[in-house]
Amino acid sequence: MSQELRINNNKFIDQTIRLSFKFNGEKLYGYKGDTLASALLANNIHLVGRSFKYHRPRGIMTCGSEEPNAIVQIGKDPSLTDPNVRATEIELYEGLEAFSQNCWPNVKFDIGGINNLLSPLLPAGFYYKTFMWPASFWEKYEFFIRHSAGLGKSPSKPDPDIYDHKYYHCDVLVVGGGISGIIAAKLSAENNNETLLLDDKNTLGGTTIYQKNDCFQINGTYTNYWLEKEINNIKNIKNLTIKTRTSLAAYHGYNYLLAKENLTDHLNPDERKDKIRQRLWKIRAKKVIIATGSIERPLIFNNNDRPGIMLSSAIKKFIDFYGVKTGKEISLFTNNDSAYETAISLKKSGVNIVSIIDIRDISSSKIVKEVEKLNIKIYWKHTVVNTEGYRRISFIEIMQLSDDGSGVIGKKIKLKSDCLGISGGWTPMVHLFTQSGGKLKFRSDDNVFLPDKSKTPSDQISIGSCNGDFDIKDIILNSNKEVKTFLGIKNSSFDNLKVESSNEEKKKNIWLLPSDKPIGKTKPFLDFQNDSTAKDVKLALREGFKSIEHVKRYTTTGMGTDQGKLSNMHALGIIAETTGTNMGELGTTTFRPPYTPLTFGAIVGRNVGEFFDHTRKTAMHNWHVQNKAKFENVGQWKRAWYYPKNGESMFEAVQRESKAARESVGILDASTLGKIDIQGTDASEFLNRVYTNAWSKLAIGKCRYGLMLNEDGMVYDDGVTTRLGENRYIMTTTTGGAANVLSKLEDYLQTEWPELDVYLTTVTDHFSTISICGPNSKKILNKVIPYLDLSNENFPHMSFKNSKINGIKCRVMRISFTGEHSYEINIQSNYSKNVWEMCMNAGKDYNITPYGTETMHLLRAEKGFIITGQDTDGTMTPSDLQMDWIIGKKKFDFIGKRSLYRSDTIRDDRKQLVGLLTDDPKEILEEGAQIVEKLNQKPVEMLGHVTSSYFSPNLNKSIALAVMKSGKKLKGKKFFVPMENKNINVTVTDTVFFDKENKRLNA
Amino acid sequence: MKNKYSIFSLIKNALSGHENWQRAWRDPEPKNEYDAIIVGGGGHGLATAYYLAKKHKMTNIAVVEKGWIGGGNTGRNTTIIRSNYLWDASAGLYDHALKIWEGLSQELNYNVMFSQRGVMNLAHNLQDVRDLKRRTHANRLNGIDAVWLNTDEVKKFCPIINTSQDIRYPVLGGTLQKRAGTARHDAVAWGYARGADQLGVDIIQNCEVKGIKRDGDQVIGIETSKGFIKSKKIGVVAAGHSSVLANMAGLKLPLESKPLQALVSEPVKPIIDTVVMSNAVHAYVSQSDKGELVIGAGTDSYVSYTQKGSHNIVEETLRAILELYPIFSRMKMLRQWGGIVDICPDASPIISKTQVKGLYFNCGWGTGGFKATPGSGDLFAHTIANDEPHKLNAAFNINRFVSGDLVDEHGAAAVAH
Amino acid sequence: MFIIICPYCGERDQTEFSSGGEAHIVRPKQPTELSDDEWAEFLFMRKNIKGIQFERWNHSHGCRKWFNVVRDTSNDKIHAVYKMGEKPPINK
Repeated sequence: MSQELRINNNKFIDQTIRLSFKFNGEKLYGYKGDTLASALLANNIHLVGRSFKYHRPRGIMTCGSEEPNAIVQIGKDPSLTDPNVRATEIELYEGLEAFSQNCWPNVKFDIGGINNLLSPLLPAGFYYKTFMWPASFWEKYEFFIRHSAGLGKSPSKPDPDIYDHKYYHCDVLVVGGGISGIIAAKLSAENNNETLLLDDKNTLGGTTIYQKNDCFQINGTYTNYWLEKEINNIKNIKNLTIKTRTSLAAYHGYNYLLAKENLTDHLNPDERKDKIRQRLWKIRAKKVIIATGSIERPLIFNNNDRPGIMLSSAIKKFIDFYGVKTGKEISLFTNNDSAYETAISLKKSGVNIVSIIDIRDISSSKIVKEVEKLNIKIYWKHTVVNTEGYRRISFIEIMQLSDDGSGVIGKKIKLKSDCLGISGGWTPMVHLFTQSGGKLKFRSDDNVFLPDKSKTPSDQISIGSCNGDFDIKDIILNSNKEVKTFLGIKNSSFDNLKVESSNEEKKKNIWLLPSDKPIGKTKPFLDFQNDSTAKDVKLALREGFKSIEHVKRYTTTGMGTDQGKLSNMHALGIIAETTGTNMGELGTTTFRPPYTPLTFGAIVGRNVGEFFDHTRKTAMHNWHVQNKAKFENVGQWKRAWYYPKNGESMFEAVQRESKAARESVGILDASTLGKIDIQGTDASEFLNRVYTNAWSKLAIGKCRYGLMLNEDGMVYDDGVTTRLGENRYIMTTTTGGAANVLSKLEDYLQTEWPELDVYLTTVTDHFSTISICGPNSKKILNKVIPYLDLSNENFPHMSFKNSKINGIKCRVMRISFTGEHSYEINIQSNYSKNVWEMCMNAGKDYNITPYGTETMHLLRAEKGFIITGQDTDGTMTPSDLQMDWIIGKKKFDFIGKRSLYRSDTIRDDRKQLVGLLTDDPKEILEEGAQIVEKLNQKPVEMLGHVTSSYFSPNLNKSIALAVMKSGKKLKGKKFFVPMENKNINVTVTDTVFFDKENKRLNA
Repeated sequence: MKNKYSIFSLIKNALSGHENWQRAWRDPEPKNEYDAIIVGGGGHGLATAYYLAKKHKMTNIAVVEKGWIGGGNTGRNTTIIRSNYLWDASAGLYDHALKIWEGLSQELNYNVMFSQRGVMNLAHNLQDVRDLKRRTHANRLNGIDAVWLNTDEVKKFCPIINTSQDIRYPVLGGTLQKRAGTARHDAVAWGYARGADQLGVDIIQNCEVKGIKRDGDQVIGIETSKGFIKSKKIGVVAAGHSSVLANMAGLKLPLESKPLQALVSEPVKPIIDTVVMSNAVHAYVSQSDKGELVIGAGTDSYVSYTQKGSHNIVEETLRAILELYPIFSRMKMLRQWGGIVDICPDASPIISKTQVKGLYFNCGWGTGGFKATPGSGDLFAHTIANDEPHKLNAAFNINRFVSGDLVDEHGAAAVAH
Repeated sequence: MFIIICPYCGERDQTEFSSGGEAHIVRPKQPTELSDDEWAEFLFMRKNIKGIQFERWNHSHGCRKWFNVVRDTSNDKIHAVYKMGEKPPINK
């Protein structure tokens, strides 16, 4: 391993722990504390990936989450591989395997590089202007475009990792653990606020923690020493929780914030087992302090994208923090003082600095003077006009700027450099502030957008460099002052600090630096990942795209995985400059969450697999499982669908179950039906208003079927309601509709009819319902409850009795959804499995047959009973269902009544429920199939569709229910059901197919 | 057409360093009066203007837009295009649009990247199966290409879907419309804008409508941030802000405006090359040409004009995505955003005259308006030019809410997309 | 996700509640007396206000009580909460 690029630095890097890793298959070494980026640089590797469009070689540009170029695929395991990981963020671990993306066959020689030669043909938006001929060919072009686009590869197998959520409430949340965040957290926690401090890095302290420079001192010591002490102090404050490796993703309204904590990505693979990979913190903070800092801007000049060209601040961090030299002959190119800090750090570490190119005329600030003392050559009023080197920068060419900065003059100077640091000033990270609804203002001195205090949502402040303070003195003094005011603190330990800094005195900015070549012949990149250049922005403007959002979308500037953290300000600047507009008036594009990409797994947490949704099971569920039931999902419920025996098909099982229920006795778990207990002196009146039929005269102990409408007159739900007492009813609803019915009833009760004395309680889960039906049902019930008089006189159809089974109270209703003599036993759920088994035992001699929902559907269809949601679809009135009898015409009002008399709901050509028989009794219609009268029309007029269809074993023919236009008038008429491969002849019939006289109810 | 786009014009301009491209559309100041004004510079509004000029020869017209064209729901949707709707009226409307989509790039000389990669709708319970089969039968008889796929066929068409029958809501089958697909949303707005501009339509951006003036029953113009503009025909296509504009004219509409969210992942190499929609578990996903997974979330239940929805909606959507595509768990959300959708009680749009003469509304597209853009523009233009609806949009009149003849596209899942 | 102060339970996350839309649309006492137009006005027509809206919410995952909220739909800021039947604390 080449160690000539490493300097001794034991503070942040543990050089005693050597880690091996692989990059594009090559085995390399780094140290504990490295990121992949710092380890690669230490191995003298800059070329990491290829750009999106032109496939130009690209290297590591930054040292943080703003990295546009150095994004890699981590790992090979198809279930664990991670695409698009920033090499600047991932911490090195033993065995890490990384691959370059978007290149073939490899990053050094990439076929796609041919795009670079074609680049004159690929300006912004070229694809809108071409690929249109021949007309049908777009999808063929698109195939190639899609395959050359995309970056990394998605995993191809399910993710075995665990993700977690944590809800957190605190008084004060401090986002960012740089110097201002540390000040804020300390002040907040010391003053009795439950405080949470988050930082996305693995260490606190931001850039100050490695700032050891004579020019910057606090109380006479280096800023890094001072801060280190403060950080050690706050670790012991009891009100303060500190989370590192935790990045704030989104700041929503009402101080609701999401942060992602990385828990295992930095560990060696063998240490990760059974650990949670990431945790999403859902934070509600009373107050939020944003201290997210700022990121350095690049400079926009010809060929500013070669590997080896990096942000000057990144070079500084690599040398000061990671102890890695990013080159042997480094030049720095700047428009401000920050690059001079880098120069000092490099010089102190023994790196040869070729020169500093500064576009300013001159500067005599303290730090510039320091640099001059170090005998570093500074080219004032110069700019870089070109760079050379394909896979790594090798030379830079510089020229003097004209006085107005729009052109270059004099002789070109060529300088050898294997690394170029660029610094275009700083951009405050105002993402979170604007996500929360804050508005920005523009400061033209240094071209930054800052939080507008007058338009800041309450309960938050921004401090430090994200608030536009870039000088250490301003940062400390203002952070202290702002936090004190914000939290109402009188005295602070930071009140009397003596801070020394180098005051930057000159600023100069040129968004697009001139070259000696015409702009058309240059490549000044703005968005390094998406390959959009300043030329593209100018083209967009020329073509009339004026709004920043239009320019962004047309050129794709700022739409890469870094979301324009490096490019957006320059795009804006160039638009402003080109159109002669004030940048502040242009505004920014919207900062959308998340701040950095957020794993789907973390967002979802543990709610995957069996926790995807609640599963509701009846108390008899295990019995159904043991008896080999197949289940269907109805809402959240698992309902027994049918019970295949000895390898029966579903059809065979249902035929058997249906026959058994009609011939002897069947048993059904009906527990999932919604049950609402209705009590109060106005209970009857309430039912009058919610059901279409009349309820006042229903005797105690009697049951009645009811139909409920929406206010727009369409059938909504149905079920049997039983009068338990003078002022008490129990209502049943459909399984899927139970929750909605209850909430609708509550709505009317509380808001429209508060004068009614009625109380609603859901008891769906409290009672289980066992339905026994068939000619022998009476015998079974008689065995289970011997002392209950089951005579028709004492216990007629549509009535109910209170009773007991083994001393346990139960309610028995004699109601029927199958047309058979049948009973429903309602009993407290925890006893119901026993009662079910008692029934099974009692029925042994009668071939008692458990049946599921499919048989239930078949049996009720034989009787022409509807299922809401199957035979209705939200567009059927009671009259459409041929149920005019259930509309209480004398009733003054009920929900939906008025809607039944609108001009289009009284039409008699509406779709109406009918029965259908196929001419071939063996032919079973498909549910959903359409019905037509004439076959040779185009388009053919559809009269309706099949809603329910079964083969009836009891009639030995197929039967169906359907809805058809003017269906009431069609009885006896013949129609067709056109299928893909045949037409089925059908005849319209009555809706009741079986036992039209209802004799079996009392059989 | 001046300034025609083609590979040849691209080569020619490359030689001059792309310095000679013309503006795609002008940036005119508003005139005092127009024969018609379209309020709203989204895809629907620009298409309306284009067809008014092209088919009805009304060229003294303007589109006024509060912000920048295509910046509302046109630029915020998940670009799904299909026509496999249940009811005849809807199928007629959306298939009319789909037919225009099929030749739109050539019509506009602007590549809108309509990609017929197919749209699959999944069924997760027995009622889903019934509903989707019903729809497929209706589609077939209406001449719309839609087929039913069983679970194995679903898996074959999109192998990354988890079709295991052991998951919470297993895939029981689905429908496929092969002519359906996606298009590039921005290009639709820009293509129509360029086309309309070349026919003489004034496209006026940054022009907010502050009032709609009536003289009795007749509309006479609009008050804007750029002054009063006279016109006796005003077509409003303002999506989420339709009610706000209706209120200016003293009207109420049967609409509620709610936040709808969407998100994209980081770009990856091609992994899914169709559009898959699942109403029951609420997951819609496709992959853009850039490689991003494009995922549509649901609406919040409350009225809001903030263009921001609740996080829990995004969470629920991704939960469903991971249920169906567990391989996406390590993918990362790059960007999320919201739009404001105007929803009708029957989940069908309104393309209609109003009780005010000369005032027309095109609204209520809810969560699914993008797919209808060309058809909506064509039919709205017809309605404005003739003061009568076309037979394809007659059912989508505003009076249906009075008479009760709704076009209810909710289906059993109560979600229409 | 905003926070709603349920007048019965106190401060809760919005996800515990469900929205009931515009408030103070009184169900007509005698629907049969209304024309189709008037009935449609009650049934479907909504102000759909951008700005201060008086609306109904239900604490559906809590006490199940319905109550009224005054919310600015342009920024989701809640200005007041009051029980059903109470007079709005802010003038409509």
